[in-house]
Amino acid sequence: MLVPLSHYLVVAGLLLVIGIFGIFMNRKNIIVIMMSIELILLAANLNFVAFSGALHDMVGQVFTMFVLTVAAAESAIGLAILVIYFRNRGSIEVEDVTLMKG
Amino acid sequence: MIANIAFYFFSLILLVSAVMVVTSRNPVHAVLFLILAFISAAILFLLAGAEFLAFILAIVYVGAVAVLFLFVVMMLDVDFAAWREGFQRYAPVGALVALVLFVELAVVVAGWIVAPAASSARMFPTPDGVNNTVALGSLIYTSYLPLFQLSGIILLVAMIGAIVLTHRERKRAKTQNLAAQHARKPADTLVMVSSKLNEGAPLPEKETL
Repeated sequence: MLVPLSHYLVVAGLLLVIGIFGIFMNRKNIIVIMMSIELILLAANLNFVAFSGALHDMVGQVFTMFVLTVAAAESAIGLAILVIYFRNRGSIEVEDVTLMKG
Repeated sequence: MIANIAFYFFSLILLVSAVMVVTSRNPVHAVLFLILAFISAAILFLLAGAEFLAFILAIVYVGAVAVLFLFVVMMLDVDFAAWREGFQRYAPVGALVALVLFVELAVVVAGWIVAPAASSARMFPTPDGVNNTVALGSLIYTSYLPLFQLSGIILLVAMIGAIVLTHRERKRAKTQNLAAQHARKPADTLVMVSSKLNEGAPLPEKETL
């Protein structure tokens, strides 16, 4: 690999930290929370790909593909739940969602 | 050398756009910065030698997932400005947690070495002389075929789930009910009457009308 592995790890670590920071900062905005989750999964994927390139092992890339699949399914289902929740309640504030407890 | 410059350039774009995703006031801008972050991450994948995944990320993520986010953000007509309340209140805690987490990760990365036996423990070493797509395809269609099919089932379940969740019956729409049409029998609607001469057929009873 052309770039040292530790540089990839630092970038992925920063990306993960930014994603977690985003969840803390946007406690009311569930759309930005979902985007932060996407960033966290992207950081994990970056680590997988970097290790796959550094160790010359294909398994990391295979697993990255599965992570991408699950992330796409998660965001599709999450946005669908968001749309029906908005249709029922007229708002998607995270604090209101406590009413969904049984 | 050029690879190093490209790496630093695109990782800078990736991190700056990630910060803009979580801090921008307008969610539409946040989604657009998310797209920029995905594209820069795809270029970092490319630099690490994962060409197929780089293009998957650019096509599937930018083309489908980010556009789905954009649809939802624009479809939901909510007051995004009201959500900014408490932004300053949560900022110190969030920054503190982020800093602690990053220091922990940095300690791990700094004191970390690759084990000498790591390269002999590889499961599927990257083959030489074939491109990335061939190498990945010869792996996921052989050794990882059950998992690959399972990920297809996950996508199918997600698709059906999203359709079932967001589908709503339109009560006033006049649509064709094929099941009711096919379940109709002649005995339900047809009455055979033999009319007498000069009197005509008797009127049918009310419920057969």
